[in-house]
Amino acid sequence: MIDYQTIENAARRIMANAAIDIPPDYRQGIEDMAKWEEGDLSCFVLQTMIDNWNAASEDRRPMCADTGLPRYYVKVGNNARLSDGFTGLERALRSATALATHDIPLRPNRVHPLWRTDHNNNVGINAPEIDWSFEPDVDWIDITTVHKGGLFGTDYRMLFPGDGIDGIKRFFLDTLVAFGKRGLACQPAIIGIGLGGSKDITMVLGKQAACLRTVGERNPDPQIAELELELKKLGNSIGMGAMGFVGNAMVADCHIEVGYTHTGGMPMSVHAFCLSSRRATVRIHADGKCEYRHDPRWFTPYMRRETVEWPMPNRSEKQSG
Amino acid sequence: MADAKSQRKTVRLKVPVEAQDLADLEIGSVVYLDGVIYTGREGVYKKVLEQGAALPAGISELSNANFHCSPAAAVEADGSYSVGGVTATASFRFSKWMADWLALSRAKIIIGKGGMSAADYRDILVPAGAIYLTTVGYGTGALLGRGIKDVRAVHWLEELGNAQAMWIFEVENFGPFLVESDVRGNSLFEQQGRLINANLEKLYRGLKAPALSRYGETDDRKDELI
Repeated sequence: MIDYQTIENAARRIMANAAIDIPPDYRQGIEDMAKWEEGDLSCFVLQTMIDNWNAASEDRRPMCADTGLPRYYVKVGNNARLSDGFTGLERALRSATALATHDIPLRPNRVHPLWRTDHNNNVGINAPEIDWSFEPDVDWIDITTVHKGGLFGTDYRMLFPGDGIDGIKRFFLDTLVAFGKRGLACQPAIIGIGLGGSKDITMVLGKQAACLRTVGERNPDPQIAELELELKKLGNSIGMGAMGFVGNAMVADCHIEVGYTHTGGMPMSVHAFCLSSRRATVRIHADGKCEYRHDPRWFTPYMRRETVEWPMPNRSEKQSG
Repeated sequence: MADAKSQRKTVRLKVPVEAQDLADLEIGSVVYLDGVIYTGREGVYKKVLEQGAALPAGISELSNANFHCSPAAAVEADGSYSVGGVTATASFRFSKWMADWLALSRAKIIIGKGGMSAADYRDILVPAGAIYLTTVGYGTGALLGRGIKDVRAVHWLEELGNAQAMWIFEVENFGPFLVESDVRGNSLFEQQGRLINANLEKLYRGLKAPALSRYGETDDRKDELI
């Protein structure tokens, strides 16, 4: 049984981990880019950002003061039991958000869209968002928090099957060029692409692709994996680097997630995570033990299942996760 | 590139700045600030310029650097403030208030994210003798947070909330920033953008346009998009 207080405490800790410590996979990606980036201004920006991450970890202060829209992704094991149920979990996450906002401190970013009411705690109507997913045969819950800016670097377009790969490439470039100028997308970034699904799911998949996969991780479909690498290369050949300065460091990695879609359409979304790619995960086991990490492991084989049935995990490993 | 940082010309300025401090600054130079700076964005501009609230007494003498920012800061139970990090917000959105703001506040340095348009520099900042410094990254929140030594005061905190209030910071070695617009209105972003634009046609060559267009690709609402 996983109790309320364990969840709230763990969520407070991942809020701090995300805000302060850059994920190692992303850091490595940017360090590699700083080695090959030839644009002197762009390279200056990358090296300064690395200094900034060091300062954040040393001082235990947020790496970026724009908290973005802090939110959660929760994966619940099918055999997990929660002391206060699902609404208790939601209450724990809302409470942890408010407490972490004060304690770290985070900028209270969340306001009412019309009245601009600010509770100074990043909690409000429909905020923080919580996305849910499930995992068969395990009894843990994974909670990931993502702090991502919310104003630039994302776009949606309804493409059609006849638009083909050209259409995908063109819209990918359009989004990077439009938001890359002056660095509004805070690039170089992990670029997530959602393809297919219904319109709203196209956006959800693209955002999750950007925020919940690590640098170097490939889609299990070999042809999609190839397209990811092709788009990454294309993005890094625009001639634009960090802050929209001359250079090539634009795409730290490109991740594509797909969903079956309307037979007549090929909706697409593009999402740029940022130079402060803030994510942190905790796994809370049935006995209350917490394991912290930066890799969300959100897209499991079960998440990407193709049809009614799905491959059952090896029974001997079923509780090890 | 081995060390792009040491190659850049670096300048340290004392705020409030004098006109001669800014005269020789070149776009692309790195700047660090010492002295007092204040935050101000749409909340403060509306309050002062549209609702006619008076500027905090003595603010123009204390500082002439306006940071487009909201800090990651909290008010403690004893009334003190803890400031974690600070990062800028995109400045182009504040264009409509800048002329009146510069006239009233006598600010000479605008610090923000992404710069403003070349027309805004020409028509608003240059006549006011003001330059624009951009933050780096974006978001060297921790490095900038280190540079904040004290919170002198916070105005309109209750009314505008943490993010929109006017924070007055005492700063030391506060940076890095890049000179985006100098006193003549030369813009680093514009100069870099021109160089990048030269490559775009080649980049798109051979990629056919999608079947369905969108408004934005045409501005004539009478056009069909197919």
